Amino acid sequence: MAFQTNNPVIRWIEYRMPIFSFVDHSVGSGYPTPKNLNYFWNFGSLAGIALVIMIVTGILLAMQYTPHVDYAFASVERIMRDVNYGWLIRYIHMNGASFFFIVVYIHIFRGLYYGSYKAPRELLWMLGLVILLLMMATAFMGYVLPWGQMSFWGATVITNLFSAIPLVGESIVTWLWGGFSVDNPTLNRFFALHYLLPFVIFGVVVLHIWALHRFGSNNPLGIDVKGPQDTIPFHPYYTVKDYFGFGVFFIIFAAVIFFAPNYMGHPDNYIEANALQTPPHIVPEWYFLPFYAMLRAVTFDIWFIDAKLGGVIAMFGSILILFLLPWLDSSPVRSSKFRPIYKQLFWVLVADCILLGYVGSQPPEAPWVLIGQLATLYYFAHFLVLLPLLGKLERPKPLPVSISEPVLKGSGPVGASATAKPMEKA
Amino acid sequence: MADIAKSASGGGGEHDGESRRDFLFLAAGAMGAVGAAAVVWPLIDSLNPAADVLALASTEVDLSPVEVGQAITVTWRGKPVFIRHRTEQEIEQARSVPLDELVDPATDESRVIEAPWLVMVGICTHLGCVPLGQKPSEPKGDFGGWFCPCHGSHYDTSGRIRKGPAPLNLVVPEYAFDDETTITIG
Amino acid sequence: MRKPVLTLAFAAALSLGGAGLAKAAEGVAVPDKDWAFEGIFGTFDTASLQRGLQVYKNVCASCHGLRFVAFRNLADLGYNEDEIAAIAADFMVEDGPNDEGEMFTREAVASDHWPSPFPNEQAARVANGGAYPPDLSLIVEARANGADYLYHLLIGYTEPPADMEVPPGQYYNEYFPGHLISMPPPLVEGIVEYADGTEATTEQMAEDVTHFLTWAAEPQLVARKQMGIKVILFLLVLTGLLYAVKRKVWSDVGH
Repeated sequence: MAFQTNNPVIRWIEYRMPIFSFVDHSVGSGYPTPKNLNYFWNFGSLAGIALVIMIVTGILLAMQYTPHVDYAFASVERIMRDVNYGWLIRYIHMNGASFFFIVVYIHIFRGLYYGSYKAPRELLWMLGLVILLLMMATAFMGYVLPWGQMSFWGATVITNLFSAIPLVGESIVTWLWGGFSVDNPTLNRFFALHYLLPFVIFGVVVLHIWALHRFGSNNPLGIDVKGPQDTIPFHPYYTVKDYFGFGVFFIIFAAVIFFAPNYMGHPDNYIEANALQTPPHIVPEWYFLPFYAMLRAVTFDIWFIDAKLGGVIAMFGSILILFLLPWLDSSPVRSSKFRPIYKQLFWVLVADCILLGYVGSQPPEAPWVLIGQLATLYYFAHFLVLLPLLGKLERPKPLPVSISEPVLKGSGPVGASATAKPMEKA
Repeated sequence: MADIAKSASGGGGEHDGESRRDFLFLAAGAMGAVGAAAVVWPLIDSLNPAADVLALASTEVDLSPVEVGQAITVTWRGKPVFIRHRTEQEIEQARSVPLDELVDPATDESRVIEAPWLVMVGICTHLGCVPLGQKPSEPKGDFGGWFCPCHGSHYDTSGRIRKGPAPLNLVVPEYAFDDETTITIG
Repeated sequence: MRKPVLTLAFAAALSLGGAGLAKAAEGVAVPDKDWAFEGIFGTFDTASLQRGLQVYKNVCASCHGLRFVAFRNLADLGYNEDEIAAIAADFMVEDGPNDEGEMFTREAVASDHWPSPFPNEQAARVANGGAYPPDLSLIVEARANGADYLYHLLIGYTEPPADMEVPPGQYYNEYFPGHLISMPPPLVEGIVEYADGTEATTEQMAEDVTHFLTWAAEPQLVARKQMGIKVILFLLVLTGLLYAVKRKVWSDVGH
């Protein structure tokens, strides 16, 4: 369906720069989309709106914030107390980070469940992982800016991870800090990068969507679109569905912002940073807890790798391994709907990640250390052992012929058009 | 396929639900627009002066060391405030000007509390430069008051604009005499 | 599709719960107390705030600062401009330099922030036997279950268990992490004579000053909750409409 209009101004612009047809093919009626997407496909657009919210509120906060160790904490309190609606903007930004991660994690697990990472969407998946890594870096540096106790000690602990790198580790840490501890130069560069990275994320999101449009969305059945009878135009069907999703998202988001804004934060971050005293129990923000648990799970040396480096490798490896997922999972079937064993393992993996998150929140004592180690081991086994084996051992259920096949049994306007000759999508 | 898109986007068709559909679309669109506007306001308002800025301390000034003919500049809300202890001659000069000669007519009496003390925000009403004329060495312009070097505005001994591009007299801030030699600005 | 939706929601709830649990793991479990500012319709009790200010001024302020609170903020407690000026005038703040280039002290005015009792941390430690009385502006937010914790801490000075030795300069407190606190019991019965005639029991004073410090930590609490109710009601209607629109649009797609 080509883009058409009678408006002379739009036609004038379109002729010189075909931006309207570009939008139409991206999110408009010119973008055919599988008609069977369920509500889990809302989370991509939700992540998009979350990024926009974070950038808008972040720019406004940056106009009031002072990135200096002597003033940062007080400038945040000034935002909370004196700036008009400053408390609202800061609470949106602070909780927006959590909601961004909730949305993105569900988006990722949706991809895992329905096999969205498989050919031909491997690059789409990998670009998504790049976004995740950038988000983690951005969130980490943003958390340092209020210059509370958790900001300071979180920054100290995480930057010290790099000291695990053999030979050059210490020099790298000093370089990251711009000094001999986390101090004013560190705060300044974190602020600069925290402002920069969201726009880098935005750029990668554009690539992510570009890659998405090459083959279109995967769908709950995990089978390819066979022809027009399998699709509906993105607009109005999925735009209006996305709007409804935004509404639900905003309700939950607002409930937290207005009634429990500090629930996901840590009280210690309302104490100004003190380089002489570590809080008794330091934990990262909840969205890092599973990774934190893996970091702490390696308490022993492995051959020439000491425990410190081992933990760092486990933590970064847990995400890097996802880059290999399209090749580790050798099953040709995408959706869990037709993979009875994988479906079970998927839920075990979800439970494993939640368990890791819980372990990450607990002090590193018995029995949590051992539980964390087993959970970490399982996480890697899932990807490195179970998935490759499953591709060979599992017997998938028969796949439907096409997305519209179930509709053929019923009747209705679409059922009629679905009898049209199936044709391969370009 | 084309039919679906057409009817879904709200054009044509003769279903029973047609008016209900139009109403729904309109109501949702209107509410969405109201919601968006309501979200935009706090974002814009956050850039207005904050409570601490609005509450900035008033400035107390001790006038006793300022001799007749001298002027001092104090800071109030980040802006210079000119205080001149005027001579009899300067007061006379300011009061003898007919109002119809003025660009921004105002009597000298309306611009002071005590005749010798002229208190004004020292910012040219043209484009915000600080006029010269506070120090003895500085040019005072054609009317013995102040001269703005940026674009050549001349102010008289009551701080009224007499010549040049500035549209208004120098602003007199809110102030009060606490006692004979102390004023509080703001 | 019902099952995955529920399970993921459950997963999200659990991992959020994890963060909450992590907080509770520190210190001593504190009993729950009811407060006027709790709940979605919570508001501050002005009379209690005013009494709390009195307790803070007469007792806490000699050692603890309140640096993020400005005297002008006391308008929230129901004071008018003159009353605020009078309260501020009880405190001296440093200003300057004056025309001679020297710092000087003057009576505080509405726009001043609450002066700290000590010029710096070192001076505070010297004056308090090595202990540092923390600034109280954010104390309620800087502790898990801040209001409940603070209230119980203030009334938590009890006899130590028989097997516990309390060193000099330390006091036993049931709710302080580690139980040994350097702050002597601050709220002695009748140390404050309330302007409104309320009997100044230790519990009453603890409750009032906790109320006051909750306000000090988050003065916008009431505005936040009241706005929240309006925003959520609005969003519920809008989302309901969007759902209806979505169903209308999708009504011709067979599933």
